[in-house]
Amino acid sequence: MSEFPTELRYAKTHEWARLEEDGTVTIGISDHAQGALGDVVYVELPELDVVVESGEEAGVVESVKAASDIYAPIGGTIIAINEVLEDAPETVNQDPYGDGWFFRIQPTDVADLDQLLDADGYAEVCESEEH
Amino acid sequence: MALARTQLFDTHVAAGARMVDFGGWEMPLHYGSQIEEHNAVRSAAGMFDVSHMTIIDLDGPGAFAYLRNLTANDPAKLTDVGHAQYGVLLNDKGGVVDDLIVYRRANCWRAVVNAATRAKVLAWFKQHATGFDVNIRHRGDLAMIAVQGPEAIERFEQVTDVTGTAEMKPFKALERGEWMVARTGYTGEEGVEVMLPAAEGIALWKNLADARVAPCGLASRDTLRLEAGLNLYGQDMDETNDPLESNLAWTVALDPPDRNFVGRAAVEARKAAGVPRKLTGLVLDAKGVIRHGQRIVTEAGEGEVTSGIFSPTLGYSIALARLPRAAKGTAQVDIRGKLLPCRIVRPPFVRNGKKVFE
Repeated sequence: MSEFPTELRYAKTHEWARLEEDGTVTIGISDHAQGALGDVVYVELPELDVVVESGEEAGVVESVKAASDIYAPIGGTIIAINEVLEDAPETVNQDPYGDGWFFRIQPTDVADLDQLLDADGYAEVCESEEH
Repeated sequence: MALARTQLFDTHVAAGARMVDFGGWEMPLHYGSQIEEHNAVRSAAGMFDVSHMTIIDLDGPGAFAYLRNLTANDPAKLTDVGHAQYGVLLNDKGGVVDDLIVYRRANCWRAVVNAATRAKVLAWFKQHATGFDVNIRHRGDLAMIAVQGPEAIERFEQVTDVTGTAEMKPFKALERGEWMVARTGYTGEEGVEVMLPAAEGIALWKNLADARVAPCGLASRDTLRLEAGLNLYGQDMDETNDPLESNLAWTVALDPPDRNFVGRAAVEARKAAGVPRKLTGLVLDAKGVIRHGQRIVTEAGEGEVTSGIFSPTLGYSIALARLPRAAKGTAQVDIRGKLLPCRIVRPPFVRNGKKVFE
């Protein structure tokens, strides 16, 4: 059974977003997403200082099965990327909400987070996909 | 249309398999982790339900002549009962209709073709029977289980009363009652493929599982076969490619010259004209994964990836690609608009658990 931490916000495209104390937002992919992808073998991250719009492609995650695009769930500037994933992409499977984070955004408007789903709403999306 | 199921369907579901549509069959993709299944076959033993494959028995006084006309490889090379050979069926243009294994039995011949091509190939067999005294029997009553890996044969013999498989060479088979046990497979490891009455398949599967043979799904089957440099029908070869450009020239028996077979004239003409393309191997020298359909740039022109994976055994991406014949050395693969460096190598990539390409 997948985990859906309630302190996070989620996009329908399976990214999660966490508002940090300094006003930045950390992005990763959900437990449900990593489970569906299977063993992750490569992650392509965005470049630093690039400005992305909400819903724009910001990376790619490749599992043994397939390649999937990662979309920025909120618009802003990329201020950090998780370089650990370069040599240890399996971290995404092992700790999707912790060490397996993808990148951090300085949001253009932090209120945009309200456009995203809460844990219950996202759990429903996952359930409907399975049926 | 409802998906077809093998006798082992309930067993797969009970084992936690994720079931997917494969050529009209509801088959296990994996039972949890495809990498663990892959590694089980490379290091110990794994098993695959391949009961969806199409088994066809051919008997009657004209069966031998019929098969010699139908297959590009020559069944006359099977000099004894229990010998088997890999080959292809060609159409009149030299395109590959399917690949198959032909077995010589005591009083008949057996052909095993793909699952996804069943209707097409059964029709093809019937269509070419005109003028031959041959009976074509589709053996839907049989199950087929592949047991593969360095410990596969030992564990198989432990749980059955079959002996003699360890001494048998690859592409040989023996029969015990209604069972046929062949030293064939699709993984690059030692092992057997067992054809047996469908009702007995479930017991064999369970006994093998009790002997720590890992159930393996289609996902690991694909990474194992690609590491072994083995083509997948419909992906690395099809009716639009001839065997010469599919790394299968060795399966086309042009000797003796007086044996006619379907597609012979076309293949000879193509060979004489010069084959412009080849199917060969690629190794990615960067991070990332090569996938089916990606563009390959070489000094001799462009080509295309037919199958690409992340190789669990090697730890990097490998692929089969159809390239200009003259291509050699290094190339570039277009992965989402970025050209990444790769090397052109001769498959196979892995045999018996070890890297084998230069």
